[in-house]
Amino acid sequence: MSEVQLVSRRGFLGSLFSAGALILAAQLLPVKARDALAAAEGSESPWYPSVYLGLEPSGTVIIVAHRSEMGTGIRTALPTVAADELDADWQRVKVEQAIGDPKYGDQNTDGSKSIRDFYDPLRQAGATARLMLERAAAAKWGVPVAECQARHHQIVHAASGRSLGYGELATLAAQQPVPKPEELRFKSPSEFRYIGKGVPIVDLDAICTGKATYGIDAQMPGMVYAAIARSPVIGGKLKSYNDQDTRQVRGVQQTVVIPPAKPPYAFQALGGVAVIADSTWAAMQGRQQLKVEWDPGENASYDSEAYKKSLFETAEKPQKAVRNVGNVDAAFARASKVHEAEYYVPLLAHAPMEPPAAVAEYKDGKVVAWAATQNPQAVQATVASALGIDKKDVICHVTLLGGGFGRKSKPDYVAEAAILSKQVGKPVKVAWSREDDTHFDYYNAVAAMYMKAALGADGKPTAWLQRSVFPPITSLFDVDAVYGDPAHLGQGWIDVPFDIPNLRAENGPAKAHVRIGWLRSVANIYHGFAIQSFIDELAAAAGRDRVEYFLEVLGRPRKIDFQGEGTINADYNYGKPLDQYPVDTGRLRHVIEVVAERSGWANKKPSKGHAWGFAAHRSFLSYVAAVVEVEVDDQGQVRIPRVDLAVDAGRVVHPERVQAQFEGAAVFATGVALMNEITAVQGQIQQSNFQDYPVPRINEAPYETHVYLVPSNDLPVGVGEPGVPPTIPAICNALFVATGKRIRQLPIKNTKLI
Amino acid sequence: MIPCQVNGVQRSFDGDPEMPLLWYLRDQLQLTGSKYGCGIGLCGACTVHVDGAATRSCLMTMSSAVGKDIVTIEGLSTNGDHPVQQAWKAFNVPQCGYCQSGQIMQAVALLKGKPKPTDQDIDAAMQGNICRCGTYQRIRQAIKQAGGVQG
Repeated sequence: MSEVQLVSRRGFLGSLFSAGALILAAQLLPVKARDALAAAEGSESPWYPSVYLGLEPSGTVIIVAHRSEMGTGIRTALPTVAADELDADWQRVKVEQAIGDPKYGDQNTDGSKSIRDFYDPLRQAGATARLMLERAAAAKWGVPVAECQARHHQIVHAASGRSLGYGELATLAAQQPVPKPEELRFKSPSEFRYIGKGVPIVDLDAICTGKATYGIDAQMPGMVYAAIARSPVIGGKLKSYNDQDTRQVRGVQQTVVIPPAKPPYAFQALGGVAVIADSTWAAMQGRQQLKVEWDPGENASYDSEAYKKSLFETAEKPQKAVRNVGNVDAAFARASKVHEAEYYVPLLAHAPMEPPAAVAEYKDGKVVAWAATQNPQAVQATVASALGIDKKDVICHVTLLGGGFGRKSKPDYVAEAAILSKQVGKPVKVAWSREDDTHFDYYNAVAAMYMKAALGADGKPTAWLQRSVFPPITSLFDVDAVYGDPAHLGQGWIDVPFDIPNLRAENGPAKAHVRIGWLRSVANIYHGFAIQSFIDELAAAAGRDRVEYFLEVLGRPRKIDFQGEGTINADYNYGKPLDQYPVDTGRLRHVIEVVAERSGWANKKPSKGHAWGFAAHRSFLSYVAAVVEVEVDDQGQVRIPRVDLAVDAGRVVHPERVQAQFEGAAVFATGVALMNEITAVQGQIQQSNFQDYPVPRINEAPYETHVYLVPSNDLPVGVGEPGVPPTIPAICNALFVATGKRIRQLPIKNTKLI
Repeated sequence: MIPCQVNGVQRSFDGDPEMPLLWYLRDQLQLTGSKYGCGIGLCGACTVHVDGAATRSCLMTMSSAVGKDIVTIEGLSTNGDHPVQQAWKAFNVPQCGYCQSGQIMQAVALLKGKPKPTDQDIDAAMQGNICRCGTYQRIRQAIKQAGGVQG
């Protein structure tokens, strides 16, 4: 239980609130004496019982959304949690987007953890404000607090029939002692107004009328536009440039050199030559006229085809064990039947519909930025470091994000805008082109996996060896990092849940030649693809029903602590303790049973060109099982008529938005499975726009996706990412049945199916 | 000077005639509802109506906009209550929302030509509009509802 304290209006939100409101702060703020606060605020100030929550004397409840909205609905869902415990009328709630500030706690909106990590703090904020309002009413009426109850934006005294609106009580409530955590009363689930029910997203009207503001839409008075030429090879240096023709372009004002990033690149601006102009178009035209010579540097040796071969060579040799159960070598030595396979997933780009975009102004040693960012505190740190100023002197306003998928947790583009603003003395907007986005992404790692199983007489594995090789994300921060890091080895690799007596997971080294980053589901994409495809291969080899076979190999329902199984120091539980968030194969089994039943799995009659595939995977602490139907025509074109997903994500705050996340995940997975692939020649990325980095269109996406949310009172966990990992192999497993072609390398478009 | 009409207002453009309509709308008129997604007519995020036809504003130069009647998402309805916008809200279509202006403008044009579209009509008309969040299932449902077609 975190502590909730009364805080000063001026201390944090400043102009958001009018004079006279109540302000409550959960957990992170230093204690402020209530008397001092009252003196500072006067009697008409807004009351802020938390950094997340305030109450205006008018009765308007202001809830601060401190996580970024990129389409998950979090800007709506988290505020409903606070509003519910406050028993507020949602029509009188105003959601305000937070600037970047450590006082809100973690703001890095990634890892599918917003609800998981902030469900409790927001409930506490709401319950604290509610109790203080009840106490205020009790004091005013001279009755026991126990007789005063919150009822939909007012406090009611049932015995006398009196009631007072929240707004009327705001000033008095602010003078009540802040309740201790143990004094708080939380609603029982049956009392919830919004949790588990949901409301339309707060931006729905603005989006449907074109009024919503994204990073690319943000404006500052007097701003100019920049288009930046960057080295086509990561780490390349500017040799020379000629901007004579650029300066002839109508609207171009000047060109500016951004110094090159120094390894490790992290979130630094890459460097290059920026064209500053009075419109986006003029800047783009000016850049086209720029003549630049680059020294491409050592990554010019990078060729993705050759690199792929080297990954497989590494994967075929013994590597570092990261989990080791029983004696795999002895089991293979005495095995009569062995099955082997190698899998490959290429570099993947995020391709959010809105490429990275921000506007920033440097003035008097301080920066104000408006950015489509998943991580405004990283913006503060990155911009501060780039300009040699203090983090506190970087104000980062967060716009809506036109998609994020992990790309916008890295603020290199905001640093570009800030660096340029300092040089030109005006606010500068940096909006990447689609080509910029495709060429200079932080790609999801390319990965090769080698799998080997020894099979018993019953066709089930007696020994299992899996070896992965991929350039780690940690290479962004450490140029020497080549092995999988604990967090990503824990994404579907160490935590393989099968009950096999001899099991070894290994990981080999790979050096990064591009910027590697997080992409929706991250390492679960390649790990899940290899493991879920391989178990399907074993079931097929045994001539067994895939679901039955999977459940048998999964074993009896149990909670697994991998630490006791020769596991190296790895985080396989998303930073969360096992006692609260166990790895529970019973829950995985349950979603498998649900999806089998709801999809009608047992009665499916596959035929040539028409089949169903299955996979199940735990990630981001959620359990998901998928059944995918595929059709393949005589040209080898794949169609996906239907996807069924069963999900156990614990308690669900906003079922309709969660359903939307899984519908979207099915489409995202379809892109990874069928078509997504980034390649490089001489260090240069070969794809540039949607013609060569296609993503699913309406006629290519699954026609319908059915989502079954398993009712649960367990702690809420992730929903944005977990739908992707099982859906990819389920598509591939279906294609094997439909065509006889086993997909071992993604994307499927590279395999001739017919 | 290039005269054109945008959302019912007579405008006059005095700039590079090769500038795409999209950047005139966004950078000069501050009509930012039309979005940049690819710049080469592959994603549909910039879709507007030109003389009633769904058009990729990133491909249309200002020189070819002379005398045209242009409607953007901001001018589609006065209160956001066009039947297609209402259907979009009824099905909670948007996730991030970035592509949805273009999706809505494309869907409006589709329904004008085919008031009762089939799945094939929807595929044909909407496949130029990418949604990376993957809201296609609901886009299809919303179009059918706006057209009064049984889902």
